[in-house]
Amino acid sequence: MRSDRVFNLILRSLAVAIIAGFLGLTWFLWKSALPTLKVAGAGFVWSQAWDPVANEFGALPFLWGTVVSSLLALCFSAPVSIGAALFLTDIASKKIRSPIAFLIEMLAAIPSVVYGIWGIFVLAPFVREYIHPMLNGHLGFLPFFVGPPFGLGMLTAAMVLAVMITPTITSVCREVFRSVPDPLREAAIGLGATRWETIRLAVLKTSISGIFAAMVLGLGRALGETMAVTMVIGNRPEISLSLFKPAATMASVIANEYAEAQGDSHMSALAAIGLVLLLVSSIVNIAARWIIKRTESKTHV
Amino acid sequence: MQNLETSIIAAEGISAWYGNHRAVENINLDVKSGDVLALIGPSGCGKSTFLRCLNRMHEEIDNTRVEGRVLYKGEDIYGEDVDPVAVRSCIGMVFQKPNPFPTMTVAENVAAGLRLRGGFSRSEIDGMVEAALRKAALWDEVKNKLRAPGTSLSGGQQQRLCIARALAVQPEVLLMDEPTSALDPISTGRIEELMTELKKSVTIVIVTHNMQQAARISDQTAFFLMGKMVEHGDTEQIFNAPAREETENYISGRFG
Amino acid sequence: MSDTLRLPRIQRRRHFKSMVANGIIMIFAGMAILPLIMVFSYITSSGLPSLNLDFFVKLPAPAGETGGGMANAIAGSVLMVVMSGVMAIPPGLLCGLYIAEFPRQKLAGALRFVIDLMTGVPSIVIGLFAYATLVVPLGGFNAFAGSAALAIIMLPVVSRTTEEILRLIPSQLREAGLALGLPRWKVLLRLIMRAGRSAIATGVFLAIARASGETAPLLFTSFNNQYWSSSLSEPVASLPVQIYTYAISPYEEWHRLAWAGSLVLVSVVFTINLMSRVLLKRSSN
Repeated sequence: MRSDRVFNLILRSLAVAIIAGFLGLTWFLWKSALPTLKVAGAGFVWSQAWDPVANEFGALPFLWGTVVSSLLALCFSAPVSIGAALFLTDIASKKIRSPIAFLIEMLAAIPSVVYGIWGIFVLAPFVREYIHPMLNGHLGFLPFFVGPPFGLGMLTAAMVLAVMITPTITSVCREVFRSVPDPLREAAIGLGATRWETIRLAVLKTSISGIFAAMVLGLGRALGETMAVTMVIGNRPEISLSLFKPAATMASVIANEYAEAQGDSHMSALAAIGLVLLLVSSIVNIAARWIIKRTESKTHV
Repeated sequence: MQNLETSIIAAEGISAWYGNHRAVENINLDVKSGDVLALIGPSGCGKSTFLRCLNRMHEEIDNTRVEGRVLYKGEDIYGEDVDPVAVRSCIGMVFQKPNPFPTMTVAENVAAGLRLRGGFSRSEIDGMVEAALRKAALWDEVKNKLRAPGTSLSGGQQQRLCIARALAVQPEVLLMDEPTSALDPISTGRIEELMTELKKSVTIVIVTHNMQQAARISDQTAFFLMGKMVEHGDTEQIFNAPAREETENYISGRFG
Repeated sequence: MSDTLRLPRIQRRRHFKSMVANGIIMIFAGMAILPLIMVFSYITSSGLPSLNLDFFVKLPAPAGETGGGMANAIAGSVLMVVMSGVMAIPPGLLCGLYIAEFPRQKLAGALRFVIDLMTGVPSIVIGLFAYATLVVPLGGFNAFAGSAALAIIMLPVVSRTTEEILRLIPSQLREAGLALGLPRWKVLLRLIMRAGRSAIATGVFLAIARASGETAPLLFTSFNNQYWSSSLSEPVASLPVQIYTYAISPYEEWHRLAWAGSLVLVSVVFTINLMSRVLLKRSSN
């Protein structure tokens, strides 16, 4: 039918436009980043210096800040999220499952800037008054716990990030655990397994790759998170092992400096950081989806 | 009352609920040690639910309830300080669909129950795995692929693997919930042969849809209808001279 | 009495372990929802006292003065969210429809991949893109660039929910429609989209909620404005950016406004979420 052909043509041109738009996005970033990449080359990624006034631009401190804060957040969030998901599929009675799942999903609905405000006014003072004295006082000889009691810094950022990625990891894990067939749980129970042994034998062991995918997805979300991190990480481009020292991430430096950037080279350097951020988070997201797809096809056999 | 000399498991006034729906109503049933008891009846008649009451599997489903007593060797498995985990390792279960643990090898699957219990050396476990696989008539087929994933076996082999897994912990009673309904006729025949062999060492309660199967393998048969047990007796009597009309209708309907 | 149905001493450790593990799992579940309670109660207790009529009808007061509100920021947010919705929702619906209903076309597969990628693009990067394409050519920060950035965030969300919903609609409905001799486009738009409309509406609402809270892509597109904006080509204030600016300022008075703003923002987002859930539940019953 003719009208069908027209309709299909509309859909196809829309698809082409969106794909082209996405390629355009990448291309624009590439074009804006090009001056920096031409000057610094691949060394841009490995250079530590970031001094807009002296026209020195290196992305390493931000890569470090992004990777460390995200991985730390993942370490905090993963056990909690896996536990919460297990609670929802295997421990809680049916009646309280959906209200609790709803509460966890609402955590994902809170805007980033609100987490930021909470981070500044609640979490940072808490880190300064309680966590810093405890860790710095008792374990201050370790390089991780040296540093000033600012409250704002790597640890606070990772904690806020952990809260923000918990709903993502929990909901993916929940789907994974739900897809474990009940007969497998019954097999374990029928053998005389306790509740925990049932979870271990039937649920966790069969879900390892799904849990991994959930964590990668959470990591992807943490890498690109901007506002809350910008508000609590302290924004200083330094590489340090210390959890209490201020740091900066790729997203936070763009948020902080782009609107007030002076000069083309500074803007270009920030665009280059944006390009690296886009690459890293795309790769992580593709990886997560690939793992999920592979797991799904495996369990459906 | 239960006769301790001969009966190993006895249900006394068992009723079971899903929410407000009563699926099983006031069942009284004795199983003699060494017998094979078949539970027959149309689907939804409560026979599987009743079976699951015999090793406290029913309560694992959310919002369910059991009333009455089940005496195992004279002792109520619903008694106050009885541990359901211990009950299930005395009274094993084989399910409708083969459900080997997909992440474990053949040997690990059989050893799973032993490992949970702990206290066995590696060589003891190896010996018990072999014994269980021999009992399940699977040893010759899998002795060269003990390290292959359990799910790599054929459907019939997987079900015998699950039987071996249940036997490894040496239960005295084995509950089987339509163990052959997902299998082809040849695998079904193997498992039926296996059951006649097994009844020398364990008491079997089996739920089956298949009349001929019940007639072939069981010593006792109980007929369930709409949550109630209509009739219970020697298999021969139930199939040849049922006392109740419902039983006769069901059996003759099935036999055509 | 025999002891067969009780566990020997050695086995009690298994129960103990199971109880400990259960306990840990419950504690983790509690830890997962604790932040929600903490954030919400903090925002409410600190925002509520500063929330008054002035907040909704007055412009921001200059630094150091008390009083003032966020009227222009609220209006700016509403304006930009509405504009981004207009830009993103129709194409988002069509993209989802295309991906779900024409899975055999290679282009649909490619589109699906790109939409997946777009979901993972950090919002700040979308801001960079909108800056390069709409701020630089138009000669300055403007409301239109902010809306476009929000639209790019909304589009994949709308597309993905539409796709997921349409996949759940039984194929009999399609066949029934086609068997009536209706052209395919009519079947898709009139029958299929209508069958899934309340679930799709839920997805659209969630996308709107998400866009209302986005801050990062607005920082250097719509920027900020202490006054009313008179045109779309001017910088415009928005609630999230205003909250951010005030939160990191050194003034106690501004902090109070930031808390009040957060309370308003969270209430709006939660209300949209709750509404869409109620809608979804009603439609599935």
